[in-house]
Amino acid sequence: MQQIINFVIRNKTTLLFLLLFVIAFGLTIQSHSYHRSKFINSANFLTGGIYESANNIMAYFGLREQNNILVEENRQLRALVYNRGDSTITSTTSTDSIFSNGRYRMRSAKVINNNYSATKNYLTINRGEKHGVKEDFGVMTSKGIVGIIDNTSNGYARILSILNTKSRINAQLKTSNHIGSLEWNGESSEIVQLSDISKFAPVKQGDTIVTGGQSSIFPKGIPIGSIEDFTLDVGGDTYTVNVRLFNDMTNLSHVYIIENLDAEEIKLLENPIDEQ
Amino acid sequence: MNNSLTINSILRFIVLILAQALVFNNINFIGSVNPYPYILFILLFPVNNNRTLFIFLSFMLGLFVDIFSDSGGVNAAACVTIAFIRPAVLKFAFGMIYEHQIIKFNNTEFGNRVIYFSILTFIHHLIVFTMEVFNISSIILILQKTLFSGIFTILLCVLISILFSNKD
Repeated sequence: MQQIINFVIRNKTTLLFLLLFVIAFGLTIQSHSYHRSKFINSANFLTGGIYESANNIMAYFGLREQNNILVEENRQLRALVYNRGDSTITSTTSTDSIFSNGRYRMRSAKVINNNYSATKNYLTINRGEKHGVKEDFGVMTSKGIVGIIDNTSNGYARILSILNTKSRINAQLKTSNHIGSLEWNGESSEIVQLSDISKFAPVKQGDTIVTGGQSSIFPKGIPIGSIEDFTLDVGGDTYTVNVRLFNDMTNLSHVYIIENLDAEEIKLLENPIDEQ
Repeated sequence: MNNSLTINSILRFIVLILAQALVFNNINFIGSVNPYPYILFILLFPVNNNRTLFIFLSFMLGLFVDIFSDSGGVNAAACVTIAFIRPAVLKFAFGMIYEHQIIKFNNTEFGNRVIYFSILTFIHHLIVFTMEVFNISSIILILQKTLFSGIFTILLCVLISILFSNKD
């Protein structure tokens, strides 16, 4: 017994180092696995508060640009409103289902911390549980999607950005209904990859990619980006498409949170099938 | 003397974390190169001090940076590692002065200091990026990031340590 205690005292630095290293390694593993790390994230009270006060100052430097974005969006929405009677826009078009149909509730939020330089990027926004924001809500801007909320605290929430190698989002071609999964290879903050597109799909350079509506997170038809180039996979059955994002992910300020009011019902319906 | 040293360390701890979270994480030079000068806290920690406390403080430093940048525990792991191997690197870089425990970073030779900073910075960055990417097949990406960020960090560390050195 004496010897064990002596050993511990003699090597206490090494032991402490090993212990702390294992803890840090554990936290890293936890953050890599899909099930979310509960307490090491930027959506807590302390970091959220600091980021918000810093953002209160920094926001003034982008006011002109943000104004232009808002005016542009207003123009689009007005065009939509005044053209409603037009026969070209029927209630089945994609944009209508987001705004007029009662299935989705929209909230506005402000990005207070934006990362895009690592391979696993997250954003922090100033809306949290007290504003009714929960996990698995989608986040978009007027130009395209941003990511999915993966962690919330009382006043803040963290978004799993589409620029995160863990992110998987259902997407499809706008011209046909061939679906694929949107991923990121960690290289450029302007280009994401759409994989598993069937080789029978009419893939053309410059075509638009939109969300697929097969998940209960995003409505169908939110724009994502345009096709930059595409390659046939080694197997020869599917395309991998490089998609240039409409959103400038490096310059985000005002975003919208999408809540699917039917998500719970859809989940309840789908779960028994998964278990079999 | 001892008291002012403690206050100095605490202040450095807080200021470096905030600077890392609010400024240096958002530099994104040529798209994605960010420096990590917060490790100056570890590099310049007084030498003849309690090693257990030093390792623990380094862990907390890394953990706070991790919380701010949503990176799990990668910075914490890298920080405890460089804190643990620091005596060996000190011995390698400074030789005799370290043996006599009278090291003062302000009075050391410039070349020795750069070597000392470089070794610890590259080890730290290699661990950070290996654990962040966590995929051995993208080893080129890891090395590339380590090199670019490392050079940036060393430059900043040297500059900051010159700017804030109080010659007495």
